[in-house]
Amino acid sequence: MDLSYGADAEAFRAEVRQFLEQNWQPGDRRGAELKDFIRDFRRSATDRGLLYRSIPKRFGGSEQPVDVVKAQVIREEFARARAPMEVGGNGMNMTVPTLLEKGTEEQKALFIPKTVEGEYIWGQGYSEPGSGSDLASVRTKAELSPDGTKWIINGQKIWTSMGMQSTHMFMLARTEPDAPKHEGITYLLLDLNQPGITRRPIRQMTGEEGDHTFCEFFFDNVEAPVAWQVGARGEGWSVSRTTIKHERASIGSADSLGSQFAKLVDLAREMGRLKDPVVRDRLATIEGFVLSHRYTSFRLFSCSAAGDDPGPVQLMMKLLLTEIGHEIALLAQELIGDQGLIEPAGAGGRGNRGPRGPNKWLDQIMGSLGNSIAGGTSNIQRNVIAERGLGLPRDLAMAGEK
Amino acid sequence: MRFHLTEEQVAIQDAVRGTLADAWPMERLHKFADAGDDFDADCWSALSQLGLFGILAPDSGMGLVDAALVSEVVGEAAAPGPVIAQLIAVAALSATANEAAKAHLEALLSGEAIATLALDGDLVQCARAATLFLADDGAGGLRLVEAGEGVTIETVTATDRSRPVSRVAFSASATSHALFAAGDPQVARLRDAALVLIAADALGGAQHCTDVSVAYAKERTQFGQPIGRFQGLKHQLAHMALDVEPARAQVWYAAYAWDAGLPDSPRAAAMAKAHLCEVYTRTTRAAIAAHGGIGYTWEYGLNYWFRRSVQDRAWLGSPSVLRARAAELAGW
Repeated sequence: MDLSYGADAEAFRAEVRQFLEQNWQPGDRRGAELKDFIRDFRRSATDRGLLYRSIPKRFGGSEQPVDVVKAQVIREEFARARAPMEVGGNGMNMTVPTLLEKGTEEQKALFIPKTVEGEYIWGQGYSEPGSGSDLASVRTKAELSPDGTKWIINGQKIWTSMGMQSTHMFMLARTEPDAPKHEGITYLLLDLNQPGITRRPIRQMTGEEGDHTFCEFFFDNVEAPVAWQVGARGEGWSVSRTTIKHERASIGSADSLGSQFAKLVDLAREMGRLKDPVVRDRLATIEGFVLSHRYTSFRLFSCSAAGDDPGPVQLMMKLLLTEIGHEIALLAQELIGDQGLIEPAGAGGRGNRGPRGPNKWLDQIMGSLGNSIAGGTSNIQRNVIAERGLGLPRDLAMAGEK
Repeated sequence: MRFHLTEEQVAIQDAVRGTLADAWPMERLHKFADAGDDFDADCWSALSQLGLFGILAPDSGMGLVDAALVSEVVGEAAAPGPVIAQLIAVAALSATANEAAKAHLEALLSGEAIATLALDGDLVQCARAATLFLADDGAGGLRLVEAGEGVTIETVTATDRSRPVSRVAFSASATSHALFAAGDPQVARLRDAALVLIAADALGGAQHCTDVSVAYAKERTQFGQPIGRFQGLKHQLAHMALDVEPARAQVWYAAYAWDAGLPDSPRAAAMAKAHLCEVYTRTTRAAIAAHGGIGYTWEYGLNYWFRRSVQDRAWLGSPSVLRARAAELAGW
């Protein structure tokens, strides 16, 4: 075992650090000026091969050979300098990887550069009111226009994060109503700026509402060009599997969990409870899981760098992170005591924040519940661990599923 | 950067696993437990022939990571004998300046001498077979006591049948060699190594309990279906795996930190031992529950791992004691 990254990586780290010192000097820029500065910075970081490494140059990326150690060094140094990395969201996490793997040249050229620049913001059109964990039961219908150039979409989608900002959507729609359920779905891309689309924010349990919450969408004869369909007609289910994998891989993060735990210790100190033996024991118990998560992240990183298969443990990371989040929430709730009786300004973590005291932990206390649901519910994660990881037979209700 | 096993390390584990599969099948364990033995010479000699006891000797080219991998497989098999103590005793005698104590090193490496730990209290594993005791000196240091004159051993009905304890007392007439005085960093360092090796034993035991439960859930049928198809049980098994598999890397880290002499090594050892012993306790209980009636029988054998988890948990500090230490070391 050796946790040092090696001399090559450290030399590379020095280069990255020098680049950041020279190029990431936002000074006191604000608003539009800062936005422009960030766009230019991302451009030069990409020219230096530091960002958008898996994306071909012709689509606005830097087209670098896969090197997980370099990628990690870049993440560490950008975080240290508080410099912005790639634009986030569904576009980079889901649309771009899917298009790179399954899209046509025309689709890649049309969508990837603008997604990389942050101009296109993508909403996910997967879940429907009647299709949650049983995603392949989607009923939103797409029918070919008489001239065969457009899909005409009718139906409803729900739980779309960033839905109010999204410019485009990737969607699973039923195109072959008579086919078995997994074989009747097509993966479509559509422009959200057109008539026939109604979007509504859904107010969350955190109180979060308005422009930044998740949304429901209603489609009334909405059009998507057939040229934007990804993969073959009826093969949308397998196209969507690429993206779900990407989403799961992007949720876990050892460093953010570590800093969240450090803040929990700070909270105990701030509330005068750190010397309480019960609190110390609960903190150390939680830390046992935090460390397991951390060192398993190292293990996964090491396997990925060496090209070795880490086995079933990779299927466990999302559920592990979710479970630790619940434990942190329970102790935080105990620690904040009656401070939790007043909701913090900007509840839900967005919007205008006033001064926030220990009650800011209500964001984590409620937000951690979202992790049991988003990106595959915890019970689905348990099925995945048991069936794909441990080789147990599929649940009877799902025995015919793929 | 390397934080997963090398091919050599996997090969060491496979070799120990194969050796113990032959030397220590369930019938042997049953016979051993029924006879109330505290040592099995055949199993010990099979392990010693693999050359494992010298892993923590400075010239072995190996370290605590490798020792932990061996301890893990020993825990998986619920194998008898003071393997952890033997590994630690080799490290202790390699580091001491006491030549009379060092003279026992060769016999320890070959397995001819058998060392056990007599730290924290008078209940000592495999004491009836042990020829050497790595013991507290009563003043915060460590000493090596030779079996024989001045060492009295009282047999008790031990809970852990695979590594039974006896009650041991040392009198002033015992032959004893001072190893490290109070305050010598080796005292704490050897204890930390023992914590990591116990954590590894717990990891192996917990993995075994999970594997056996998963295998049983695939074979056993009810309502015309393998019971592993039912979501209630499936989710319990998923949670056993979720408890055990991510914890593995914590044992690796604690061992690596000890080998590299990292400043957080004492805390990593305490945390790993506390966490893994909690995992072991939960997993043995879950395994017996997952099996139904058969799991509660003596014959099926899960009780040996349950009993082993009782000893691992209490040995050199229970989880809550070690968490208190970890809290202290973190400056909380």
